[in-house]
Amino acid sequence: MSPRLRWRKFVSGFMLTMTGVCAAVAVFVLFFILGYLVYHGGRSINWSFFTKLPKPVGEPGGGMANAIVGSAKLLLLASLLGVPVGFFGAIYLAEFSTSRVAFVVRYAADLLNGVPSIVIGIFAYSLVVLPFKHFSTLAGGFALGLMMIPITLRSTEEFLLAVPRTLREGAMALGASRWKTIATVVVPAAYRGILTAVLLAFARVAGETAPLLFTAFGNRFWSPNWNQPTASLPVMIFTYAIAPYEDWHRQAWAAGLVLLGLILVINIVARAILARGVAVPRS
Amino acid sequence: MHASARPAVSINITPTPTGSINREPAGALPMRMNINKVNFYYGAKQVLFDISMGVATSQLTALIGPSGCGKSTLLRTMNRMHETVRNARLDGEILLDGQSILAQDVTQLRRRVGMVFQRPNPFPKSIFENVAYGLRINGSKLPIGEAVEKSLRHAALWDEVKDHLQKSAYELSGGQQQRLCIARALAVEPEVLLLDEPCSALDPISTAKIEELLVRLKDLCTIVIVTHNMQQAARVSDFTAFLLTGQLIEFRTTPQLFTTPGDPRTEAYITGRFG
Repeated sequence: MSPRLRWRKFVSGFMLTMTGVCAAVAVFVLFFILGYLVYHGGRSINWSFFTKLPKPVGEPGGGMANAIVGSAKLLLLASLLGVPVGFFGAIYLAEFSTSRVAFVVRYAADLLNGVPSIVIGIFAYSLVVLPFKHFSTLAGGFALGLMMIPITLRSTEEFLLAVPRTLREGAMALGASRWKTIATVVVPAAYRGILTAVLLAFARVAGETAPLLFTAFGNRFWSPNWNQPTASLPVMIFTYAIAPYEDWHRQAWAAGLVLLGLILVINIVARAILARGVAVPRS
Repeated sequence: MHASARPAVSINITPTPTGSINREPAGALPMRMNINKVNFYYGAKQVLFDISMGVATSQLTALIGPSGCGKSTLLRTMNRMHETVRNARLDGEILLDGQSILAQDVTQLRRRVGMVFQRPNPFPKSIFENVAYGLRINGSKLPIGEAVEKSLRHAALWDEVKDHLQKSAYELSGGQQQRLCIARALAVEPEVLLLDEPCSALDPISTAKIEELLVRLKDLCTIVIVTHNMQQAARVSDFTAFLLTGQLIEFRTTPQLFTTPGDPRTEAYITGRFG
């Protein structure tokens, strides 16, 4: 074997090992976090975690029922704002806009997507919290909804654009108007992708903490209305994890596990939806 | 030889396909559509030049010519599908049963002038729903099940799919999908059916089935077919129009065009010297 060939074989082997190790590290990090969460959270998770209110410091037990319900309400509000705006905006972008308008909107959406979530929080704070003079579920949902818009919009647009032009022409050649074509052919052809996009946007904001800190704030009790501060899982984790009490730390781990479980389930459901049925062939 | 010395458009036939070149008595056939002095532009680029021709009722008219000659563009103007492309502009007049199609409601027009495309484009729905689509969006009062069966029978697909109408249309073969698209177009009972190279993506057996089908469909509607396959035009059509670089070179009955072409360019094309 010539020295040149030996050197080349060495470089090849070295690069292969390097890339393999890096890939392994990426997977290891995920499984390490998962394992760590299950180990710590699993010990303190129990039925009362899901059904009881937080107990005062020093009293053992208690749960985060209010935070679970609070998170659900916040995510419902966020979806009510983010999904329709993102969805219909994407339809406009993919089906009607000129390329110049589409470029501007796309660029703006990408920028909005890159805005740090704490900045979105300040924005919601000054727009919704200050005028009403108190923290509220509404403000938190508004902040999370803003974050859902660009994610839903961009991915929905991608899936709409992937629907072959020939399908649109087929519908229009049968006398379908533009809107009818979109409603009866284009969206049904893309619905699995759109649904996946929405679920992923949902999962993305489910774990957001920063925008909730000064919008939904937090609450040790039930928040029966929409205009009062509410507890939420991410903020609960933040508060409990930095508190000096051993019991609260365990509760924070349990909350983390519940949150991660929720996001994992959403991800799996999204994958299942994408894998189901026949895909429209791309032309 | 002296083709360049000839006028750009050697014939101008309206309303019957009998003109200066075509001396054969084609008879005074009733015309379903008339195209008068149509010029067509994509942006600044002109792709059709002063086209005039008639489409005879219940006959099969073929548009032939080399790639890029404008035959598909001409076909797409007949149900205004060209309007789905930005910057497209049409000058001139196209009549359907004596009335301008440009003045009509476009969705109404496309129900009367159906279209089948180059590649089969069934919707991601069941076989049944594909055929029913046109009826549903048009709010048809007809019993949908019967209409679907009738259309599938017309498209010679019924026997192959009658036991699995609820299956996805994508489970059909390419040739079956194309016949499904024909059934889908027939379901709304169009007066004219436009076909844009319907067999170019199909194997010879599927092609033969569709050709056979087209000849029978003349009883139901008037047919215009674009094809780059001259043998196909010769086999199925009654009239053939030859286009070259956006101009209508010759338009005659199919036997005449293929046996005694009146223009040297037509002769060169059909004998395979170019295109």
